Amino acid sequence: MQEKNSYLERFSRFEPQVAGRDWAPFQPVRRAALARFAELGFPTTQDEDWRFTSVAPIAKTAFALSADGGNEPARRDLDPFTFQGPASTQLVFVNGRYSPGLSSLRPLPGGVMVSSLASALTMYPDLMEAHLARYADSHHDAFTALNTAFMEDGAFVHIRRGTALEEPIHLLYVSTRTAAPVITHPRNLIVAGEDSQATIVEDYVSLADGVYFSNGVTEVVVGQSGVLSHYLIERESPQAFNVSTLRIQQARSSNVTSHSVLLGGALVRNNVHPVLAGEGGECLINGLFMATGRQHMDNYMRVEHASPHCGSRQFYNGILDGSSRGVFQGRIIVHKDAQKTDAKQTNRNLLLSEDAQIDTKPQLEIYADDVKCTHGATIGQVNEEAIFYLRSRGIAKEAARALLLFAFAQESLQRMKAEPIRRHLEGLVARWLPQGALVEAIR
Amino acid sequence: MLEIKNLHATVGNHEILKGVNLTVGAGEVHSIMGPNGSGKSTLAQVLAGREAYEVTAGEVIYQGKDLLAMLPEERACEGVFMAFQYPVEIPGVGNTYFLKAALNALRKHRGLEELDAMDFLALAQEKMKLLEMDDRLLTRSVNEGFSGGEKKRNEIFQMAVLEPKLGILDETDSGLDIDALRIVANGVNALRSPERAILVVTHYQRLLNYIIPDFVHVLVDGRIVKSGGKELALELEAKGYAWVEEEARAAAAATT
Repeated sequence: MQEKNSYLERFSRFEPQVAGRDWAPFQPVRRAALARFAELGFPTTQDEDWRFTSVAPIAKTAFALSADGGNEPARRDLDPFTFQGPASTQLVFVNGRYSPGLSSLRPLPGGVMVSSLASALTMYPDLMEAHLARYADSHHDAFTALNTAFMEDGAFVHIRRGTALEEPIHLLYVSTRTAAPVITHPRNLIVAGEDSQATIVEDYVSLADGVYFSNGVTEVVVGQSGVLSHYLIERESPQAFNVSTLRIQQARSSNVTSHSVLLGGALVRNNVHPVLAGEGGECLINGLFMATGRQHMDNYMRVEHASPHCGSRQFYNGILDGSSRGVFQGRIIVHKDAQKTDAKQTNRNLLLSEDAQIDTKPQLEIYADDVKCTHGATIGQVNEEAIFYLRSRGIAKEAARALLLFAFAQESLQRMKAEPIRRHLEGLVARWLPQGALVEAIR
Repeated sequence: MLEIKNLHATVGNHEILKGVNLTVGAGEVHSIMGPNGSGKSTLAQVLAGREAYEVTAGEVIYQGKDLLAMLPEERACEGVFMAFQYPVEIPGVGNTYFLKAALNALRKHRGLEELDAMDFLALAQEKMKLLEMDDRLLTRSVNEGFSGGEKKRNEIFQMAVLEPKLGILDETDSGLDIDALRIVANGVNALRSPERAILVVTHYQRLLNYIIPDFVHVLVDGRIVKSGGKELALELEAKGYAWVEEEARAAAAATT
């Protein structure tokens, strides 16, 4: 209760700062979200959706709202976070605040609008009002409510009808050393018009160790026959918290792919929630999480089939080492009218140590009668037979193990079609692995 | 090249090898035959370094070194190769990457320069022809989705690329049709050389029509009970294993 109250007090000081600015139209939304947060409070393990993840460490930490005037990193500090290959548009946020100086906005085809969320308020007020906070669920989700109450900045992307954008748009959230733990509420709105195509990367990185909390919400709206790929790359500092929510609204015949790769952070929760609202929509959710030490990574997914003839695929692969803990909770909900739904969910996990743990809970909730839905989960160790096979050909034990772990991660990475991003992630994964250099050398 | 002395091995509490003695010289092809459960495959696995088997007595000297003291990968680097009876499928690890990594590990051990991708591919393609393998198998994951015959051919293909000094074939013939058997045997025969020894572990004589052994040994209940030339294999084919087992029992009774 104490913890919750500090946010309520904070809001009374925060609100006047934003109310007078361009955020005025969203004041009622903010207030409603805060009121809902006041009712909900932080979830506990008594809540079914949070059974395996205690957010007490987040609730107990006194975070400061991100303030201006922190040290801006140098552009070269960000080089390791930039994809190799063709240049792409990169929006950089430092401790939650958009940094025009560090961002590179390249000329984009007509029909593509990219800006910070704060600028979009003045540049595209109609689009903002039409979509912002219309989809993400502040009513049931306390973290989304908190984000909505405190949202200030993030990215706005709009792809006009019939426009295909080939280069990815890279949203880079950088955390730097701060005097006290900081909470940020990145808020992104991606609107892809009818028959458009785009790729968005949401990337959370840190330049220094330290406690902070990224509480991000991204709303993605895809029009009829639109094709959108979203990538989440999470490698926060080892002490950091990250809760990210991706809410996807899909119109008829649209095709959305959500990839997530969780590598960093102390306590991480990734929510993916697509709603297939029009006939013939397709959705692929592809998650990879790799934890070690005392890291806790929770993947929560809720796929709503609300229309007939939609297909969805969910694949989550987890590698857990040390005393880490992984969670997979996936729920496919097939509404009454969503006949001919074809949904499949798979969660595969490798436990590399005695102390690592995974809780996996795939669920189906079906209200239609003519559907094809399957789900399954496996938990295993590295295949010793395969290790022996590789060793018997001269490959050292450590390298054989690294090779097999990399192959397991590759199952996820291979589904990623954007080559520069996939290459970047392959490098990150190889470096994560013990003896990963051996893999880099032969891959 | 290889000297096995009084080798005893157990799995769990079960003794499988009960004192195997065998000497194999360079350039020789030896066949180990025997009924099911006699310990043939165990012998092959112990030589390759499978940790599931515990060696409780005896020694194995390979090129003057203590083979049993080496890790499986060290044995491979020193030139020991076993073609698996059941090759393992390894999804996500490309056949080419895997074999190039293996070959370069061996070359590094021998102080040779590592092969680059181009040179390796040329070598691989040449050896694939020998095994009449489809090029496309190179781009697939190791053994994944391979037919039984393709897996066995892939084993001999690997042997051809890695060019071991001691090749051990663990029931490579099992489950092969006559065409595949001939192809696999041709691959093995192409590898016969004065510097290389080959140990062919098999239940049936059929493979030995194509890979003609210099010596045939019969393993019964964890011991080699009879040795002879290639004609012994034909005799076993005609008469089965029962008479050898009977002889072994009689001999054992006589000594106690």
